[in-house]
Amino acid sequence: MAKDQEMVKVYILGEGFDVPASSTIITAMEYAGFQLTTGVGCREGFCGACATLYREKGDYKLQAGLACQTVVSDGMYIAQIPFVPAEKPIYDITKLTPDINSFKTLYPTVFRCVSCNTCTKACPQDIEVMDYVQALIKGDIAKAADLSFDCIRCGLCALRCPAEIVQYNAGILARRLTGRYLLKKSPDLELRVKEIAEGKYDKDIEKLMKTNKEKIKKLYYEREVKLG
Amino acid sequence: MYPEYMQESIRNVEKTRPARLKLAKSGKQLFPRMSAQERDVVLNKFHPDYKPEARREIRIGPNKGERITTKVAELLETFSRINPADFDLDHPDYETDVLVIGAGSAGFSASILAAENGANVILVTKLRIGDSNSMMAQGGIQAAVRPDDSPVLHYLDVIGGGHFDNKPELAKALVCDAPDAIKWLQDLGVMFDRNPDGTMKTKSGGGTCRPRMHSARDYTGAAICRTLRDEVQNRPDKIKILEHQPAVELIKDSNGRVAGAVLYHLENKEYFTIKAKATILSTGGFGRLHIQGFETTNHYGATADGLVMGYRAGANLLYMDSVQYHPTGAVYPLQIVGFLCTEKLRGMGAQPVNKNGELFVYPLEPRDIEASAFIRECTERGNGIKTPAGNLGIWLDTPLIEQINGAGAIKQNLPAMLRQFGRFDVDITKEPMLVYPTLHYQNGGLEINDHCETKLPGLYVAGEASGGVHGRNRLMGNSQLDLIVFGRRAGRYAAEYAKGAKLGKLNLDHVYEYEKEVEKLGIDRKKISPMVLPDYIPEAVKKRQYTTHYEGTLR
Ligand SMILES: Cc1cc2nc3c(=O)[nH]c(=O)nc-3n(C[C@H](O)[C@H](O)[C@H](O)COP(=O)(O)OP(=O)(O)OC[C@H]3O[C@@H](n4cnc5c(N)ncnc54)[C@H](O)[C@@H]3O)c2cc1C
Ligand code: SF4
Ligand code: SF4
Repeated sequence: MAKDQEMVKVYILGEGFDVPASSTIITAMEYAGFQLTTGVGCREGFCGACATLYREKGDYKLQAGLACQTVVSDGMYIAQIPFVPAEKPIYDITKLTPDINSFKTLYPTVFRCVSCNTCTKACPQDIEVMDYVQALIKGDIAKAADLSFDCIRCGLCALRCPAEIVQYNAGILARRLTGRYLLKKSPDLELRVKEIAEGKYDKDIEKLMKTNKEKIKKLYYEREVKLG
Repeated sequence: MYPEYMQESIRNVEKTRPARLKLAKSGKQLFPRMSAQERDVVLNKFHPDYKPEARREIRIGPNKGERITTKVAELLETFSRINPADFDLDHPDYETDVLVIGAGSAGFSASILAAENGANVILVTKLRIGDSNSMMAQGGIQAAVRPDDSPVLHYLDVIGGGHFDNKPELAKALVCDAPDAIKWLQDLGVMFDRNPDGTMKTKSGGGTCRPRMHSARDYTGAAICRTLRDEVQNRPDKIKILEHQPAVELIKDSNGRVAGAVLYHLENKEYFTIKAKATILSTGGFGRLHIQGFETTNHYGATADGLVMGYRAGANLLYMDSVQYHPTGAVYPLQIVGFLCTEKLRGMGAQPVNKNGELFVYPLEPRDIEASAFIRECTERGNGIKTPAGNLGIWLDTPLIEQINGAGAIKQNLPAMLRQFGRFDVDITKEPMLVYPTLHYQNGGLEINDHCETKLPGLYVAGEASGGVHGRNRLMGNSQLDLIVFGRRAGRYAAEYAKGAKLGKLNLDHVYEYEKEVEKLGIDRKKISPMVLPDYIPEAVKKRQYTTHYEGTLR
């Protein structure tokens, strides 16, 4: 990093630290000397481990974001939320039906949604969280699965929901039901699995396994390549 | 938004785009693929692994005398975090049939299969359950499912990509189990992308001879990993989960079997012991070692802990001389330097071009070749673009994706990428990405056979921590596959083994023995491993943190 970089002051646990203005919340905390052991995961916005509440200078609003994806601003107050102790019902996916009944029994709280849209506003993935909750209430499981697809389980929606709904856990159930029951099965896949079980390719592969390096190199470089 | 001074180069890209689009639509090859000789030349001259300082001899342990990646050798020639004398191994804190260390998709698959085969399982992890490289995979997972494809062709691609060094039995297991792995995931509820007739949507990847990459938008790894996590969490009667408690040393018994592990609780700093009839290492890769100073795509916990523990206990490494640099890591904006730009971008038609907007390499060579060609373009040929931070990069022309596949194609198929760059004000539907190779994957690891066994009885390895499956270079989509195929195998075989295993007296003698060797090398006592977590605190601050007493690891 350049020496003459612009610095800003951020407040971590109420204490002010000077950090480079280009920092994300995660790198700002490290710059300030915090060795993170929780509230940090993939650091690229895919795992949802770094849910963070922050407040910007002069603002009264508490905002929510991912610490690895949010650039700091001067005067920002930061508090990390490393863990959300939310409920996760236990089920056997092979015994459920892909319809509203599964949610009535496993996630009855979903039906208490008051359509306040707080969850959508909190979501760092810009997911229409309220819309997927509403889809579940209407029994449209596939739609809920589609809308919730990019969820990374940061927990911020559930933390802010006045109706105590665990949106993201309901979302994963919707997606699993869709993947298992509602999407069409691939005929090619069933066939290939059967062919392999019957040993259709064993002889050819075993032959390749015994082929010497020079010969196999030749086969490799001469193979036909089809793009798609 | 790119800075003003880069605009001229972007205009070059825009100028050549129509002709490149026409070429892409014609179905002709965009750029000649390299011959075997050309591949050798570019690798030798430009791949980071071929630099003289990249490798050195390891002086102790099972691979003593072999040349391996320098950073790994340094990490292995270190002391333990613990003093074995502190532990009362006759009274372990937990007992189980199968211990799984690491909660990515390999660990999840292993846990589920071990449980299904009757074992009681403890799954331990360093971060939150599921926070892992597995969750981050965007592009896809390979399996030869299409009628014009076959496991035989897949096999050929796997070993050609791996420079013909793969262990044949492992490559065979990988390709033959692949379709069943996809079916297993589908039946557990992973929403793979489909065509209207129900067949799987598949794309080409680097080094594949058929379009074989199955995807779930560009959250493929997440779609798989979170489904498996949910399934693991649905089995509390068989699988106990311990989070934020990395394993730091394996335990053995008086007959030389691996018999569990010592855990370190990251928050209350206490150590715990687990006695297990079989132990599976699924601790993933080593990106956070920042080999040769490279930025990495890997998660915070990718510090090669499994290699250290396994090696110290006596398991040998295979192909630890080879490191995978992903060709397309972001180099701009600053906040996302090193982050992955998925290969699926190129699979869907994005083209790598230099500062003049010219193609200079076939876009889908195997990764090491492609990465080396990028480095050549930026260094020897001087055709890279410099960022304000001083890094070099080449353009990945993403707006082409929309022109080839139709408007909205990026939002539908690459939402993670769109979001990632959008957060920092780059619209990849209209502007190209600036990319450079980034440290991505550990090609080698602890050697296994097709039962995931190491040479130590009771120790199994699955996933990125293992060595042999991919030879010296893994192809895109074969790692996600590896996790499922070998995760399931490890779980099954470990559960079977546990049924007949009777443990002797537990001990940590191997730690003493290994440390004696380290001591002989005159290594500083402060150097300990596993690293557990990397350390990004500035030196100036660290000087004031007086409790610091270890070097190169979590304090
Ligand atoms: C950004 C990115 C994109 C990728 N894209 C693709 C792709 O499109 N296709 C593909 O095939 N592959 C891809 N890969 C590669 C692939 O995802 C990884 O190789 C794979 O996920 C590794 O899985 P794993 O289960 O072996 O390890 P991980 O998923 O990394 O899991 C390791 C687990 O072990 C835990 N752990 C580590 N040390 C310890 C310890 N000491 N004690 C206890 N727990 C520990 C970690 O916390 C983590 O839970 C990608 C990788 C990255 C980083
Ligand atoms: S839906 Fe909820 S848990 Fe998922 S990403 Fe959005 S806020 Fe986070
Ligand atoms: S925050 Fe809760 S109550 Fe409000 S819209 Fe979202 S789910 Fe419904």
